[in-house]
Amino acid sequence: MDVDIFANLWLGLQTAGSFINLFYCLVGVVLGTSIGVLPGLGPVATIAMLLPITFGLPPVSSLIMLAGIFYGAQYGGSTTAILINLPGESSSIVTALDGHEMAKQGRAGKALATAALASFFAGTVTTVLIALFSPPLAEVALKFGPAEYFSLMVLGLVASVVLAHGSLLHALGMIVFGLLLGVVGTDVNSGVARYSFDLPELIDGINFVVVAMGVFGLGEIISNLENESERSLLVKKVTGLMLNKEDFKAIAAPVLRGSLLGSILGILPGGGAMLSSFAAYALEKKVSKNAANFGKGAIEGVAAPEAANNAGAQASFIPMLTLGIPSNPVMALMIGAMIIQGIQPGPSVMVEQPALFWGLVASMWIGNLMLVILNLPLIGLWVKMVSVPYHLLFPAILVFCVIGVFSLANTSFDIYFMAIFGLAGYLFRKLECEPAPMLLGFILGPMMEEFLRRALLLSKGSPMVFITRPISATMLVLAALVMVTVLLPALRKKREEVFVEDD
Amino acid sequence: MSSLIKSPKDFWTGVVYFGFGAIAFWIARDYSFGTASRMGAGYFPTVLSGLLMVFGLLALLRGVTRNGKPFGVFAWKQALLIFASTVAFGLLLLRAGLIIALIVLILGSASASSKFRFEWKALLMALGLIVFCVLVFIKGLGLPMPLLGSWFGD
Repeated sequence: MDVDIFANLWLGLQTAGSFINLFYCLVGVVLGTSIGVLPGLGPVATIAMLLPITFGLPPVSSLIMLAGIFYGAQYGGSTTAILINLPGESSSIVTALDGHEMAKQGRAGKALATAALASFFAGTVTTVLIALFSPPLAEVALKFGPAEYFSLMVLGLVASVVLAHGSLLHALGMIVFGLLLGVVGTDVNSGVARYSFDLPELIDGINFVVVAMGVFGLGEIISNLENESERSLLVKKVTGLMLNKEDFKAIAAPVLRGSLLGSILGILPGGGAMLSSFAAYALEKKVSKNAANFGKGAIEGVAAPEAANNAGAQASFIPMLTLGIPSNPVMALMIGAMIIQGIQPGPSVMVEQPALFWGLVASMWIGNLMLVILNLPLIGLWVKMVSVPYHLLFPAILVFCVIGVFSLANTSFDIYFMAIFGLAGYLFRKLECEPAPMLLGFILGPMMEEFLRRALLLSKGSPMVFITRPISATMLVLAALVMVTVLLPALRKKREEVFVEDD
Repeated sequence: MSSLIKSPKDFWTGVVYFGFGAIAFWIARDYSFGTASRMGAGYFPTVLSGLLMVFGLLALLRGVTRNGKPFGVFAWKQALLIFASTVAFGLLLLRAGLIIALIVLILGSASASSKFRFEWKALLMALGLIVFCVLVFIKGLGLPMPLLGSWFGD
C-alpha cells in the first residue's frame, strides 16, 4: 500500500515535472495570481475567463494549468484582502479582518509572508492527504451503480445549498433552475432537441463557460458598479517580509490546526475554502492565547484561516477527482473542463489515466512551491496591480470575457447569451439568490438525468431502488438530515451569524 | 399592491421561479414523457419544472406573509449599458470588424462608471487595450476575427 503511494507520487512528479507541464503550471500560477489580485475578481470569474485558453492544450497540461490558476487566484485574493480590505472572494473575508489591520499598522509585509507560508504548508499537507485518501475512496466509488451516483449527486447539491448564505428556499430553486438549464440541447437517448427554440446554436446545449462568465463575470461587474466606493491603498511599498523567530512560534500551531481543519472540511460535499477559513478563524479565536488581539492585527488571525482556506480549496479536489462530484463552483468548472477534454470525471480516471491523476496531484505541490518562490519577490508588482482603479479595469475584463466566449465556437451567438446571463446574474444577486448552486446544478444536470434513467431502467421503474440499496439510502438520509438541521431554529440563527460577515 | 407584498425579494423570486417553471413545463408537454422504467425526453424536465413551480409558489407565499428587507437601489443604467455594449460587440464583430467593435465595447461599458471621464487618459487606455487584443488574439493566437469586417468589403 505504502509502496504504491510512493510509486504513484513518483509517476505524478515525473508527469508534472516534465518541462512542458512545469511551464503551464507556472503560466497558470502567474496568470491566476495576477488576475486574482485585481480587486473585485474572485477565483470563479478568473477561471471562467481563462478557461478558453486551456482548451487547446493536452488534457494533463490543461488541468495542471487550471489548477495553477485556481490557487494562484486564491492567493491573489488574499493579497488584495490584506492590502485594500477588498476580498475578491468569500474565503478571503476572514483574512482581511486581521490582515488588513496588520497592514494598517505597517506590518503588511509580515501579513503577506504569513499568508504565503501558511498556504504553502497547508498545500503540502493536503497533497499528501489527497495521495493517501483518493485511492481507497475511488475503490469504494467503483462499486457504485447508477442509483448510488444519483443519490450522491442529490447529497452534493443539497450540501452546497446549506453552505450558501441566504434563504434555503431561494438556493433550492437555483439548483433546480440550473438542472433545467442543463437539460437544454439534444437528449442523448431520443435525439429530441429540448428547449432549443429551433436555434441551431442550442442543439448542443449551452456551453458552461458562457453561463459562468455571464453570471460570475458580467454579473459581478454590474454589482460592483452599483456602489463604486473609493478604496484607498494603504501601502505603496511593502517591506519587512521576513518573519522572525517569535512570528514563527506564534503561527506554527495555528497553521497546523488550520491545515487539518481545512482538509477535513474541504472533503465534505459543499465544503471548501470558505467554510474552512471561517471555521479556522472561529477555532483559533477560542483556543489562542492571543485571542484578545484578534481583529486588531493578530498574526495568528492571518495564519490559521489562510492555511485552512488553501487546505480546503485543495481538499475539494478529492471528491471531484474520485467521485466526479463538484463541491463548489470552482470544481464545477474543473469538471466542465475535463468533459471538454473528453475525460469523464469519476473513479475510473485514477485507473484509466494514472499519469493524468497523479500528475495533477503532484502539480499542486509544485504549484504551491512556485507561489511561495514567486510571490514574495513579486510583491511590488502585485501592489501595483492592486492599485489599478476599478473604472479602468472593468472594461478590460469585459473585453477578455467577450473575446474568450467568442473563441469557444467562433460565433457571436455565445456573446449574446453571455450578456443575457450577465443580466440574469445581477438580478439573481438582487433577489438574494446565490448563483453558485445554479452552476453546480447546470453541470450535474445531464449526469443526474442519465443516472436516474439507468437506475430506474434497472429497477423496472420502481423508485424504491434508491432506498433499498444501502449506500444510496445512506446518502439520501444524510441529505435529509442536512436539510432538517438547517431548518432547526437554533442552527438557523447560528448560520445567519456565520454568514453575516459575508455582506 | 405594496401593502400585499411584505417581502419583495421573496415575492419576485417566487414570480421568476414560477414563471420559468410554468414555461418549461408547457414546452416539455411536446416531449414524450415515457414511463419511469423507460424515461422519455420529457420525464426529467417535467419533474424539474414542476419542482421549480412548487418552490416558486412557496416563495410567493412567503413574500405575502413574512416581512422582509426592501430591494435597495437597482443599477438599471449600469446593467443596461453593460448589456447593450456587450451585445453591440457581438453584432459589430463580424460586420464592422474587431477594432470598431472594441471601441464601442470599451467606451460604452466604461461610461457605466460614474468615474468615467472622456479624456486622453481613457482614450489612451482604450487604444492600448485594442493594440494588445489585435497583437495577442489575431496575430498571436490566430482567432478568426476580422480587423475590418464585411461592411468594408473584405
